[in-house]
Amino acid sequence: MIEEIPNVETLGTNPGDPLPQLPGHVSHGRFERILRAGHFAVTTEIAPPDSADPDEVLTRASLFDGYVDAINATDGSGAHCHMSSLAVCAILTRAGYSPILQISCRDRNRIAIQGDTLGAAALGVCNALCLSGDDVGAGDHPEAKPVFDFDSVSLTRTLRVLRDESRFLSGRKLDLAPKLFIGSSINPFVPPIANRADQLAKKIEAGAEYIQSQYCFDLDILKDFISIVVDMGLTEKAYILIGVGVLTSARTAKWMRENVPGVHIPDAIIKRLEGADKPLREGRNICVEFMQQLKETAGVSGVHVMAYRQEKWVKDVVKRSGVLDERVPWTPETAKVN
Amino acid sequence: MYKVRHWSVRHSRFMEGLYNGVNPVILAVLKGIAKVFGNKLDKPITAAEAGLKGFLFDCQMCGNCALSKTGMSCPMNCPKTIRNGPCGGVRPNGMCEVKPEMRCVWVAAWDGASRMKNGEAIKSIDFAVDHREKGTSTWLKLAREEISGDAE
Repeated sequence: MIEEIPNVETLGTNPGDPLPQLPGHVSHGRFERILRAGHFAVTTEIAPPDSADPDEVLTRASLFDGYVDAINATDGSGAHCHMSSLAVCAILTRAGYSPILQISCRDRNRIAIQGDTLGAAALGVCNALCLSGDDVGAGDHPEAKPVFDFDSVSLTRTLRVLRDESRFLSGRKLDLAPKLFIGSSINPFVPPIANRADQLAKKIEAGAEYIQSQYCFDLDILKDFISIVVDMGLTEKAYILIGVGVLTSARTAKWMRENVPGVHIPDAIIKRLEGADKPLREGRNICVEFMQQLKETAGVSGVHVMAYRQEKWVKDVVKRSGVLDERVPWTPETAKVN
Repeated sequence: MYKVRHWSVRHSRFMEGLYNGVNPVILAVLKGIAKVFGNKLDKPITAAEAGLKGFLFDCQMCGNCALSKTGMSCPMNCPKTIRNGPCGGVRPNGMCEVKPEMRCVWVAAWDGASRMKNGEAIKSIDFAVDHREKGTSTWLKLAREEISGDAE
């Protein structure tokens, strides 16, 4: 039975209209459809502009047309100011894209977050990703007050309360619950490595339905982690997408390892970049190889390509990896043809 | 104190035993005091709790004490006050992303919990703190809960 969607008389005539919610689905979104159908999903992240220009968002999103199933809109990543995640998502949904609203706990308390979540769903957003967020000290406003009213687990639970119980945390009822596909993150590559699977279990118990991981540059750690997670039965309860990155040089890789919190890059990767004639090309080769290996790893449902300032290469690496097989994700063009 | 805090986590099993032994006594005494004096002695009791737990755990008096579920490592010392940690930014040496000189309180928590009898409690979800209770005594809260429980 397809649930009735309010205020939409004709479905699918405009790119921004919500799709019918399929039986057993929690959202109207394409991203959930891809995962539940058993496809290997590809997501990426958009760098929100330092601008009030909506066209800038659409230009950046168009770089991924036909190669990704969902686009994460980062929420002040690295504690730097940019256009808000909610606004980027709203611009993207109007053009028919399937954005993932990243919600960080750093800047807003439970009143603001619950309000924004309702607003996002009202603007056609179908996916949310719950994150703790980088500390303010990592960004360009280190003097700001860190909020952290929630952590990612409490935030995930709260979104499930809004959606499943159709109420605020206070108990006050909602007239219409936000139909969001709810996810969270995991970083299996940093201490306490032995406890990361248990922590993932907590996130899933809190209500995460999909997981996007931090950059994976170490398949040994990843495979150990995934095998534990599979044994615990967690891949039956949530879809796991593994983060992959495009490195541009050994120097950048070393800089990221030293300066970006939570990024683990083994020496072998850095040596490979150092020894390469064309490090830029080698960085993309590494990304392609990781994607291919991840596709063959049982328990991995997709990849999340993070290519900060290398967004123009996302299409290239996804295409060369072949992880989509013959599948072509939605583009504004396919919408026009239909 | 940072050093004492680490001693408490290293001896989490002992601290757990001590807590389980001493806590009923403290609560019984506080129940008596609360019945006789009402809330007149709340200030000195709160100060005593802050002093003792501050010395042992660098307690921040959040009023939502979770030490028995967090390997005797106080989560409020996390710069992000994460209650279900750690975050994804832990350094390769197990130190905090924000304060490189401090061991991640959640690396310490999982470590401490691994030695505790009821260490599995760390796997349960601890929902966001009630900020109205900041600066108040968890002991008095528990004692009063027991009093109202007894009355029912």
